[in-house]
Amino acid sequence: MITFSNVSKAYNNHEVLRDISFKIEPKEFVSLVGRSGAGKSTLVRLLIGEDKPTKGRIVFGPYEINKLQSHELPEVRRRMGIIFQDFKLLPKKTAYENVVFAMEVAGRSEEDIDEAAPQALELVGLGKKMRNYVHELSGGERQRVAIARAMVNQPDVIIADEPTGNLDPVNTWGIINLLLKINELGTTVVLATHNKDIVNQLEHRVISLDDGMVIRDEDKGKYILT
Amino acid sequence: MFTTLARIIKYGFQNFWRNGLVSFATILVLLLAVIVFQGMMLFGEIGRQAIDAVQDKIDISVYFVSNAPEDEILRLKEALLTLSEVKSVDYVSKEEALELFKERHADDPTISQAIEELEENPLRASLNIKAQDPNQYSLIAGFLEGDASQNIIQEVSYSQNQVVIDRLAKVLSLSRKIGVLLTLVCATVAIIISFNTIILAIYSNKEEIAIMRLVGASNAFIRGPYVIVGIVYGVIAVLAAMIIMAPFIYAASPYVSVFITGMNLWGFFLGSFFKFLGYNLLFGVGIGVISSVIVIRKYLEI
Repeated sequence: MITFSNVSKAYNNHEVLRDISFKIEPKEFVSLVGRSGAGKSTLVRLLIGEDKPTKGRIVFGPYEINKLQSHELPEVRRRMGIIFQDFKLLPKKTAYENVVFAMEVAGRSEEDIDEAAPQALELVGLGKKMRNYVHELSGGERQRVAIARAMVNQPDVIIADEPTGNLDPVNTWGIINLLLKINELGTTVVLATHNKDIVNQLEHRVISLDDGMVIRDEDKGKYILT
Repeated sequence: MFTTLARIIKYGFQNFWRNGLVSFATILVLLLAVIVFQGMMLFGEIGRQAIDAVQDKIDISVYFVSNAPEDEILRLKEALLTLSEVKSVDYVSKEEALELFKERHADDPTISQAIEELEENPLRASLNIKAQDPNQYSLIAGFLEGDASQNIIQEVSYSQNQVVIDRLAKVLSLSRKIGVLLTLVCATVAIIISFNTIILAIYSNKEEIAIMRLVGASNAFIRGPYVIVGIVYGVIAVLAAMIIMAPFIYAASPYVSVFITGMNLWGFFLGSFFKFLGYNLLFGVGIGVISSVIVIRKYLEI
């Protein structure tokens, strides 16, 4: 489903990713771990087409991400659900409107929206707060809205970049459990994190990055950085 | 397609209301720009009519010898009318000239009595010629000098007024150029200020644009609502400017007609209301839409 082949990325002659190669199969749950500055976020940016690699090839389903033109990107993004540490919700909209917006840009019908949007918010535990504006929600609740928005279009993959970075332990596990539930339902999940506890308890595949290189890639791996 | 358009329009109006303060500030700036544009249009019309009024007072007269045959004079009139430089030619016969003279001096008994005592009409027939452009009088004078009817022409007023006419022609030409330049400068300033205000208004939403891209909004879906907002800004600014300006134009109209005889500013405003509204909408909405499209483009590149 996702293939990185000899991908490198440099900013001003400084290489932040070096010769990265890996493959992620459908329905996998993969943790991407590494210290701050290891290159996790750069890798995520390349995967979602926000930036282009200096070298190498990135394939997602039928799309060659590194060759995408600006106008082709929206179609690809609709097949990905993206979650960030800072939530990236539309600030002047309610929780419900944020989820609906993602559905409307994907061209879903009104009937579809009326049915699926409340369902997604119920699933993340925000059924009673769906009419609240973003600023009226706590950090954990905002991240739940972001997850509802990411999954509502039934994407092929959920890409989460440090989704628990701003949350307390209780909310952290709430979010991780939601991602696990989504994965159990058949959606591929790529989780970039530097939270050792989470990775060690998940017992899923772990790709470890250090200094822009893949140093370990293990099924049922642990958070080990040497 | 229709659903997407309806959604774009919905988000446009939603953005407009939810960014209330930014919308208000942008409309205010655009309103000032439209008022400057309207002022330029009105001053342009006032200037044009003032120049026309002065231009209309300039003419050259050809006076004929007293025994000049009328058919010869009328032949010359027809020949003059074939020239593209000539706007109009009025023939004043000896008898008409005398009647005009009597009318003009009806209150002066000495002159009236002196005229009555004369056995012969001392006045001469004449042709009053108006050119399309004041610069063309020298060409018309040149034509008269070369015409076969030289022997019946006694005098051409151009030679006496040449310096005044030429100077006036230069002043009028300069006034037109200054008018155009002033309009261009004011319109450019208004456009730049409005343009920058809209750039800032959209810049404050750049985070939001990035999020829209993230969830897979197409370029048209991101650009559309901002274009709608640009149109709304323009329409509101133009309507407000029309409402604000109308009473001022009504009040200023009598004063303008004192300086420029025959000019009815309020009549001009009402008569060309839809043309006026159209140009203003083109200006206001044009700025709103073009600046939105240009700024958004910057955020749609990878």
